[in-house]
Amino acid sequence: MATVRVQTADFDLGAEFAALTAGRTDIGGVGSFIGTVRDTAAGRPITAMTLEHYPGMTERALAAIAAEAEQRWNLLGCALIHRVGRLAPGEAIVLVLAAAPHREAALQATSFLIDWLKTRAPFWKKECFADGSEAWVAASDADDAATARWIKQD
Amino acid sequence: MAVAPVRILYFAWLRERVGTAEESVQPPEGVTTVGALVAWLSARSPGHAAAFAAGRTVRCAVNQDFADPAAAVRPGDEVAFFPPVTGG
Repeated sequence: MATVRVQTADFDLGAEFAALTAGRTDIGGVGSFIGTVRDTAAGRPITAMTLEHYPGMTERALAAIAAEAEQRWNLLGCALIHRVGRLAPGEAIVLVLAAAPHREAALQATSFLIDWLKTRAPFWKKECFADGSEAWVAASDADDAATARWIKQD
Repeated sequence: MAVAPVRILYFAWLRERVGTAEESVQPPEGVTTVGALVAWLSARSPGHAAAFAAGRTVRCAVNQDFADPAAAVRPGDEVAFFPPVTGG
């Protein structure tokens, strides 16, 4: 059963790893990804990033993405935690953990989860620049391409 | 019997352009798809028109599932409009 959460508070990687693996001896590896706020956007310094989401649909989308990964890679568990609200450069935005019997499934599932989350889960980022201006982040073609590589050709 | 309204939600720059995060509307008979709803909502205010002028960059969800312009809209539905997602 996947852990899926949307929250304003920071998360604790150690605590989430401990929760995912508590009492388990069948796990052979846990893949992890932590997204953080970079201090520039297209070369311009930013002072903060504000994340908005669609309460209800976001949790449903994350649960669906987690279920897809669990089924495709026979995961022994996974966690998707995404922060919302105003975040400063250096702060954590998103946590992905995927537990599997072997490393290949754990690492592939982690990569799939963050790629799909970036293009399928309803979150929107607004960057606040050092000069006081703000701009919504445009969707990236590179993110779409990263997601497309996971679409099964059959 | 009164027909249930359609609950409309706007996110990110669509919310800013429309000027509200949420509204309850009673589309006329004949407005039964997302595409027809967009055309009808666009005429409600200059803000709505500005939001929907972005055309193909506007995404939609009906009852919290992604939906295309041909998707059905029924009384009581929750219909959300937003830009392409940028999480992660």
